[in-house]
Amino acid sequence: MVATIARLTLATLFGHRRGLLLFILPVVLLALCVLLALTVDDTADFSTALLQQFGLAVILPLVALIAATGAIATEIDDGSIVYLLSKPIKRYTIILTKAGLAIGVIFALGAIPMTLAGIILDPSDLRTALAFGIGALVAGIAYTAIFTAISVISANAVTIGLLYSLLWESVMGQYVDGAKALSVQQWSLALIQKLSDAPHVESAVKLPIAMILLLAVTAVGLTLAITRLRSLVLSTSE
Amino acid sequence: MSVIRIEKVSRWYGNVVAINDVTMTIGPGVTGLLGPNGAGKSTLITMMAGFLPPSTGTVTLDGAEVWRNEGAYRHIGLVPETEAVYDTLTGSQFVVANAQLQGLPNPGAAAAEAITTVAMEDAAGRRISTYSKGMKQRIKMAAALVHEPSVLLLDEPFNGMDPRQRLHLMDLLRRMGADGRTVLFSSHILEEVQQVATHIEVVVSGRHAASGDYRAIRTLMTDRPVLYRLRSSDNRRLASALIADPCTSGADLDDSSLQVQVLDFERFSRLVPTLARELGIRLLEVAPTDESLESVFSYLVGRR
Repeated sequence: MVATIARLTLATLFGHRRGLLLFILPVVLLALCVLLALTVDDTADFSTALLQQFGLAVILPLVALIAATGAIATEIDDGSIVYLLSKPIKRYTIILTKAGLAIGVIFALGAIPMTLAGIILDPSDLRTALAFGIGALVAGIAYTAIFTAISVISANAVTIGLLYSLLWESVMGQYVDGAKALSVQQWSLALIQKLSDAPHVESAVKLPIAMILLLAVTAVGLTLAITRLRSLVLSTSE
Repeated sequence: MSVIRIEKVSRWYGNVVAINDVTMTIGPGVTGLLGPNGAGKSTLITMMAGFLPPSTGTVTLDGAEVWRNEGAYRHIGLVPETEAVYDTLTGSQFVVANAQLQGLPNPGAAAAEAITTVAMEDAAGRRISTYSKGMKQRIKMAAALVHEPSVLLLDEPFNGMDPRQRLHLMDLLRRMGADGRTVLFSSHILEEVQQVATHIEVVVSGRHAASGDYRAIRTLMTDRPVLYRLRSSDNRRLASALIADPCTSGADLDDSSLQVQVLDFERFSRLVPTLARELGIRLLEVAPTDESLESVFSYLVGRR
């Protein structure tokens, strides 16, 4: 049953043109890193800055947005979710399967490219590259919960998610002090700081608080998504 | 044998009332849900399928509320009106997926059987995106039938079907009804409904307007005052002859035509040619002025 839900979700996710975007984003990140590694002498100097400000703050939330909304909002939008919902399946099975799949996609197309980018920029510092990969995955889990909840709650999930990831995570989360403490990006950065020990990586949030917040956001997001899916109203043509 | 009971159900969206105090019971056999577009048919079916809670009242299947009760889907097969299916899959993959989601012990065999039932064996290996509207409708039907539900709900199933597909689906619905399943489909076309349904429920403007077998509904619909327009070689003489008969209740002459208010259609339809022959009047046109389904429906509502 779980396998069938996953298969249908994959068909929606990669069966349409939007699936291509999922590949383009990590390719852009990697291409940029390769280009820099070939043209700039010492990329190790700004390696962490690029990984954080571009990779973690821009590319990752977008990959997560496309993966998570693609895994559920698309089906709610076009109405094909009715074939999943008109079955004797517990609603948490549907949400958790779809979220798990989105996390898998983020791992493959967000976390792994992030690690590769780190290695390309600074081949000597494997530890930092891995730290960013793990941080990206952890952030991806929290983003998935957030975007899954938005997908079930709102018909404009992609727009809201885009505003959230570009304005809140990419801009506020990087440059506005108060907002930093409440951004998934900074929470994952706290973990990366701990794991990498690199001098330029610095989070606005302490690690224990960051972990608690990550867990809380993930739990609340998924619970919200499950309860809302249980009473999802399908619009009629009238 | 399953029974859907709709009890004192109303549903409103903000200030708009979509369903207004409807009570009906739908039992085994084929029931047609008839009404003009926008009457609330889809809203009713969506509530029976558990995807919309009633604002007041209850919708139950064999005594259990359908809303927020995913166990009910073991007994319900739903053919939604929505066009969207997982159209990157082949027809067969789609039906097998539905069988697996139902948790059937042998999804492959169940799917093959359902596909045979809707006569889609030949196209089952093709992607759904290449299907015509009628084929899509049939594969959706197969997906709904795969777990042999005791209740089958179909929202405007004949839309977009060619006459041959229509006949095939009608035959299929009749068979399902004869098997003792509770089959409910919606339509805005009386002919469609009366050909398949043994029982008809009429909804108009969100209200339950009539209920009965097709003969009762047919009589209700034809047995009503209708305004006919006639043109003939001598309108005035024809008018005086028609008004003398009790099947009419009024006549109106203008420059070129005659409007007659008809009470008894059966009698009127025999009277006009007879009179014309007796009086030597040539009939040029006899036409109802408001035969649209909407006017029929509004008559039914006004009658209540």
